[in-house]
Amino acid sequence: MAEKKIVDGRGSFCPGPLMELIVALKSSQIGDELEVLSTDKGSANDIPEWVHKVGHEYISTTEEGGVWHITVRKKK
Amino acid sequence: MASSKICVVVVSGTLERLQMAAMVASVAAVSGQEVLVFLSMNALPFFTRQSSLKAPHEGEMGRLIASKKVPEFKTLFEQAVELGDAKIYPCSMAMDVLAIGQGDLEGYLGEATGLTKFLDDARDGQVWTF
Repeated sequence: MAEKKIVDGRGSFCPGPLMELIVALKSSQIGDELEVLSTDKGSANDIPEWVHKVGHEYISTTEEGGVWHITVRKKK
Repeated sequence: MASSKICVVVVSGTLERLQMAAMVASVAAVSGQEVLVFLSMNALPFFTRQSSLKAPHEGEMGRLIASKKVPEFKTLFEQAVELGDAKIYPCSMAMDVLAIGQGDLEGYLGEATGLTKFLDDARDGQVWTF
């Protein structure tokens, strides 16, 4: 059963939130959904790029009160 | 198309340059690129075990980096190895000058490497110097 996890990268700067996502992906199963919280706008742009490049699935990005929510699904 | 192999040569001991080198190495490594890092000159002393050395900043950006929650450059280099299979080699000449051995260096560093070997390894890659 796929899980949904939150990766809290708030307060950290690039590439901190990306590294936290990668650590979380390592301990996840294929199909799990991970939602990265980031206050760093650069990471909000960079994480989807990384997800496309390495072959996971990018789902969405939303911003609320200065916090970006970037959701990805582990594909491999 | 440029080679996807990235060779990062780090010789500076200032925070901005160490930070940028660590960012390039870690992001390239976790993006599936082959990454080789060569640490020499003023960069190497920061990688001795339990080093409490603080890298001096060159300007305002370095001052801000040190005051905010920016990932530490040593953490990023370690993640480049742990998460992205980067190889980080200490320069054997710099080790001789500092009179240190392999056991004095952080465990995630590879074996002491001379320029002849590094130049050979870097021949078919991009070289980024900091």
